[in-house]
Amino acid sequence: MKLLNISSPHLTRPGNTGGVMQQVILAMIPGIAALTYYFGVGHLIQIALAITVALIAEAAVLYVRRKPIGFFLKDYSAVVTAILLALALPPLTPWWVTTVAVLFAIVVAKHLYGGLGQNPFNPAMIGFALVLISFPIPMTTSWTAPADLAASLSVGDALSMIFFGREQIDAFTMATPLDYYKHQVAVQTADEILLNPIFGPAESSHIALGWEWINLAFLAGGLYLLWRKIFTWHIPVSYLGALFVCAILFGWDADTAVPASLHLLAGATMLGAFFIATDPVTASTTPLGKLIYGAGIGIFIYVIRAWGSYPDAVAFAVLLMNFAAPFIDQYTQPRTYGHAKAKRGLASKD
Amino acid sequence: MSLMHTQIFDFKGGVHPAENKQQSTELPIACAPMPSKLVLPIAQHIGAPAEPTVTLGQQVLKGQVIAEAQGFVSANLHAPTSGTVSAIELRAIPHQSGMSDWCIEITPDGQDQWIEHAGIVDFLDVEPSVLLERIQQSGISGLGGAGFPSHVKLAADPAKIDTLIINAAECEPYITADDVLMRERAAEIIQGIEILLRIVNPKQCLIGIEDNKPEAIEALTKAIQVSRDDTHLIKLAVVPTKYPSGGEKQLINLLTGQEVPVGGIPADIGIVCQNVGTAYAIYHAVAKGEPLISRITTVTGAACAQPRNYEVLLGTPVSELLPLAGVDHNQMNRLIMGGPMMGFTLNNEEVPVVKTTNCLIAASRNELPDPAAEQACIRCGMCVEACPAQLLPQQLYWYAKSDNLEQLETHNLMDCIECGACAFVCPSNIPLVQYYRYGKGELNQARADKQKSDRAKERFEARLARQEREAAEKEAKRKARAEAAAKKQAEKKAAPATATGTSADAAQANAAQPDMALLQKKLDAAKLAIEKSKEKLAAAEAEGSDKVEAFKLAVEKSTQKMKDAAKAIAEAKKAAKAAPAANGASDKGDPNSPERLKNKLELAEARLKAAQDRLAEAEQQGSDKVDALKTAVEKQQERVSEAKAAYEQASSSASNSASTPASRVEPEPVSDLAAFEQKVLAAQTRVDKAQERLAMAQEQNLDTVAALQTGLEKQLAKLAEAKAALEQAQAGAQEVKS
Repeated sequence: MKLLNISSPHLTRPGNTGGVMQQVILAMIPGIAALTYYFGVGHLIQIALAITVALIAEAAVLYVRRKPIGFFLKDYSAVVTAILLALALPPLTPWWVTTVAVLFAIVVAKHLYGGLGQNPFNPAMIGFALVLISFPIPMTTSWTAPADLAASLSVGDALSMIFFGREQIDAFTMATPLDYYKHQVAVQTADEILLNPIFGPAESSHIALGWEWINLAFLAGGLYLLWRKIFTWHIPVSYLGALFVCAILFGWDADTAVPASLHLLAGATMLGAFFIATDPVTASTTPLGKLIYGAGIGIFIYVIRAWGSYPDAVAFAVLLMNFAAPFIDQYTQPRTYGHAKAKRGLASKD
Repeated sequence: MSLMHTQIFDFKGGVHPAENKQQSTELPIACAPMPSKLVLPIAQHIGAPAEPTVTLGQQVLKGQVIAEAQGFVSANLHAPTSGTVSAIELRAIPHQSGMSDWCIEITPDGQDQWIEHAGIVDFLDVEPSVLLERIQQSGISGLGGAGFPSHVKLAADPAKIDTLIINAAECEPYITADDVLMRERAAEIIQGIEILLRIVNPKQCLIGIEDNKPEAIEALTKAIQVSRDDTHLIKLAVVPTKYPSGGEKQLINLLTGQEVPVGGIPADIGIVCQNVGTAYAIYHAVAKGEPLISRITTVTGAACAQPRNYEVLLGTPVSELLPLAGVDHNQMNRLIMGGPMMGFTLNNEEVPVVKTTNCLIAASRNELPDPAAEQACIRCGMCVEACPAQLLPQQLYWYAKSDNLEQLETHNLMDCIECGACAFVCPSNIPLVQYYRYGKGELNQARADKQKSDRAKERFEARLARQEREAAEKEAKRKARAEAAAKKQAEKKAAPATATGTSADAAQANAAQPDMALLQKKLDAAKLAIEKSKEKLAAAEAEGSDKVEAFKLAVEKSTQKMKDAAKAIAEAKKAAKAAPAANGASDKGDPNSPERLKNKLELAEARLKAAQDRLAEAEQQGSDKVDALKTAVEKQQERVSEAKAAYEQASSSASNSASTPASRVEPEPVSDLAAFEQKVLAAQTRVDKAQERLAMAQEQNLDTVAALQTGLEKQLAKLAEAKAALEQAQAGAQEVKS
């Protein structure tokens, strides 16, 4: 028998990139379940649609690029991108908006930059930002009201609304708590705002009906990934920490600004902290760099939510910090063993 | 007093691969039977290879030196048994490249007869230098893996060493050689450590051992308790099992919290580190007088029927060791020497066990599957978490892949210890360490290239400076000569003028004529200087030298001089035009006189010679000026032939029309004499210069020495010729005078 002649190490931990992606998908299940419980089957339909489009687009581009299709489809990265995008979109987003977002994410944001591992920007967030800017109306009016507040949507209704039209859609949709609070705080006190049913029945301890459970579910999934060492604690902690500090600093008065509790547990905060900001390809990679990167996202989220014109800001904040990640990496190299101090910046010419 | 050292630090990174150590520790150490032959590479250690001291067919005894250390960082090699030297030749050695090196093959005679040897009985009372000498003689080099000669490390100044660390971590999976050695021979190890204490004289001694070896820890504890170490220096430092805690730098970090500075050695921070197996070998060398001729090697892996540790004679071929453990060749897919993290594969079972061979893994395909296809790096950062050197492996991977040497250096690639932790955790199955080895190779190559080019540049600049200096000297000499000659001539002219008492006009005219010649010469010199300066300027510009400005200035200056000279000539010509009217008889002023033409011819010839010399030099150096110089030489040749033709014509017409030959004969030999003298002088300077150049070349060991030598000989011949001609001329002059 011919002996194998290769260089060390000979031992590798079992597993592959596909396995990592599967763990991420697994960790999103609680969040998806919570979303579906409160907002109906819309998200499930969006996920199925997005995955289908993503896989077809990925296969097509791989074919054009003459890459082994099966090998790359098995890394599940397109599936993760599709699910993240679908979760970020409103549940009743028209099918063509979803399709455009996914196509742009996979073809332009990912493959035109060289495919998996080469893209400077988070593909899902690129796709989301594109449709948010291009099609603002369907993007802001397609949120269904949380369960308990409206007759729940049947699968048939959801399908016909997504694929065929939006005639009776207003009966089912409603503004999101973050959006509502932001716009009402100028004219109402906190107590008055919280009377709106989207913040839960009066005299209850809800922060934002449904959203709190959705965010906690994503937090649980994130903690699972942290436990599995899929990513480190740096980005989620600094992200949430920075957002919380900003919310306390500028929003300590609930009568004039959105309170911190709402910032942390409404909108896409937890989804962003554990599933979007932690996308390793586009994030900073050094330990200190990750802290800066996460904090930057947290700050940008607050800035855009508080003073920008969009109700939520995870996508823009992540994309802005994607820009900065390579730069941050250059200046946050760890101190190597035996060196007195860490090197900073680019290679110096002597 | 407790034997345990409890303050354990942690090192960053590290991984936890499956240990797979229990398989080979089920049975005690077995003595491997005498193999049919022993193959001993002369380079089993880091440093200079040992030099064989035996000859083919020589009978050797067990323990006899068969190869001698070369220099301090080297180690002796001894015959592991008695027998005959049956070959000294290139053989495959244990190396990842599968390369060959010089090996001494000994065919055992079966007697296993020791050479006369004796241990030092009272080894704890003798001088440390005696112990050190014995260790050096016994060919002991680190048995842990790197194979650094032990006496070199131990020679550190004891005043600066405060900690002796015994590396018993054995962190790589599968390997149990040190583990079983400690279990079975702890007392000898502790005595070896006592010898080390006597040499190094530290304030503390820490045995670093992973907590996955409870039996070894127990055995060592007992051995320390009964040892003679009454100062209680020896402490056991049990560290958590984590790869690569046995790396020297990592173990030092674990036990002391200190880091070995980059580019430094442990002694820089007061630490000496020795492997536990080395301590055992040192005990045997000192107390028993037995040099390093055997070691414990683990033979394990799924293809082994019975994994086990063997005491193996150095030089035992792997092919004779594997059957002892019942290796099934049909199952064996990969044969590794060393551990699964840092060991290398063998594809030739004839290579021998050497001083650093701690393990052989005969792995089945199930056990160590063929590497999976490399996927894209998703920058997950698991490698960053695993790296014990605190590098950024994924960045290094990108930069190695894109040949970005600058960034590789900035990201401290050279601090990578190639432990393989990054590749172990990589979910994309990227063979990261291979990329780093490539990057290190490229960096080393680039550094070597840079050093080489720097040296060449230095040499070239020194040469340029020397040439400039020489040219300046030459120019100064020439000027001095020209001035002297002008003075002389002026005096000469002045004398006949007053003697004949011609009119003032004539005197003026006569004075003006030599002025013309001088001016013409000046003009020529200025032109030449400009050409030269321009050449230099071009060269400097091409090189981007910082002398460009200076050369530009020089060109301007020369141009100015040329203009001045041209102006002076024009004025002189004007004056001369008036002169012939006054003194028509004077043929000295005739630019077509044979003498003038001769001068011109000589000048042209000299220039041609100079141009040819320059061309030859340029050709020798392969300079890119060769073409330009060639055309210059051709031009000069043309000028020479023109001048020759003119001269011949003039001289023939002169002789034809010679009406007053008697009056003309006289001065000629004199001027000829002067010319000859000048020629001799010129030849002499040329010889001097050639000698100088040759000496310089010899000093610098350049390969132009031979060429310069022939050049010098030629010059010498010319000098002799010139001298002969001068003598002849002088004789002729004497004759004429008489």
